[in-house]
Amino acid sequence: MRFLAFVFALALAEPAFAAEATALPWWIWPAMLFAASFAIGIVGVLAGVGGGVLFVPIVGGFFPFHLDFVRAAGLLLALCGALSAGPRLLRSGLASLRLAMPLALAGSITSIAGALIGLALPTHIAQTALGATILAIAVLMLRAGRSEFPQVLAPDRVGAAFGLGGVFHDPASRRDFEWRTHRTVPGIFVFAGIGLLAGMFGLGAGWANVPALNLLMGVPLKLAVGTSGLILSVVDTSAAWVYIHHGAVLPVLVAPSIAGVMLGAKVGARLLRIAPARTVRKTVIALLFLAGVRALLKGLGIWN
Amino acid sequence: MIEPKDPLAAAESAYARWLDWGTRIGLILLIASFSAYAFEIVAPHVPLQELSRSWTLPVDEYRVAVGAPAGWGWLELAARGDYLNYFGIVFLALVTALCYLRVLPLLFAGRERIYAVLAMLEIVVLAVAIVGLAGGAH
Repeated sequence: MRFLAFVFALALAEPAFAAEATALPWWIWPAMLFAASFAIGIVGVLAGVGGGVLFVPIVGGFFPFHLDFVRAAGLLLALCGALSAGPRLLRSGLASLRLAMPLALAGSITSIAGALIGLALPTHIAQTALGATILAIAVLMLRAGRSEFPQVLAPDRVGAAFGLGGVFHDPASRRDFEWRTHRTVPGIFVFAGIGLLAGMFGLGAGWANVPALNLLMGVPLKLAVGTSGLILSVVDTSAAWVYIHHGAVLPVLVAPSIAGVMLGAKVGARLLRIAPARTVRKTVIALLFLAGVRALLKGLGIWN
Repeated sequence: MIEPKDPLAAAESAYARWLDWGTRIGLILLIASFSAYAFEIVAPHVPLQELSRSWTLPVDEYRVAVGAPAGWGWLELAARGDYLNYFGIVFLALVTALCYLRVLPLLFAGRERIYAVLAMLEIVVLAVAIVGLAGGAH
């Protein structure tokens, strides 16, 4: 709740900050960015959404940086988080390379297209579309259910051809669960759509990857969460190159954000046992609504 | 029926190992170069105090305003503090492609032909992005 109040205060103060941006010492902004990213890292882990989906609307809406630079930073911090978590997830069997590869290929092709579209769009349209997307994500988070071990009676032909299935060892229950996918072709199309949005808005895509893997394709929830990070690392890499080649990577924005989110994620992981998950999730949804409305109104020229 | 160990296990293990080391190296490069930049040990191309005048601009206007390069042009300014950071950033963005290159021969050796083709296609997509053929600004 304190973080929500901080963001709201930042929203009210931001126009004045922006006007004074050139008068302030340069290090104020990276320092504030580090603090905001640290908080995003904590709540992102506690709510299970990762940092990218919170970072872009919050920093894009409430900091003076242009959206082009914020999207590039958002992609890179989501990428770094996914790269860092990847080895542990693969070694512990919580992520599947077999499951990730076909879906990541679809997503990485479209994420390049998304990044090109995002950079070509006029700023106010990109900002408005970002606001609408963030509000849609908040609604999705509010309504989407999840299933620990979905029932897949028979794999579809494409899933069977890719061999999308195996045995998942659940460390919590110490039991093995056989899994396989269904609706693989729709799943590939959904991941193509997620890649497009990830590239266009610089969002990490855990918010969409997990329900797509779990609810649509029938992947066990924990395997879906772990594999989502692996897919994200491939998809965001492709889009990140477009932003790098356009010169949209500002180290003064990228480095403090990555450091803040990664340190925050470590603190968040320690708080996981004691944090009230429901309250945190509600706070994140409220944050997304606030940041989405801010982006929407900023794009429409109503709240600059 | 519970199946035996996934034949992709060797590839997964190699992927995890390369991902681990690649990410560590990339993050160390980024932290070291950002420290040199932020503490002005290495002079930047765009002075830090002037940066706040231009970071509100769209990227195409920003490049014109500060004379920033596009594509791989940053290599010419790699001795400047701000572009020194690109070594870490670019390395982190290369890690996934390196992991795919590492697992490709393992997939062929394990007769995982479909996955070997998928890996080759992914390497092509990443290579197109890395080289800048996917519409980088010039």
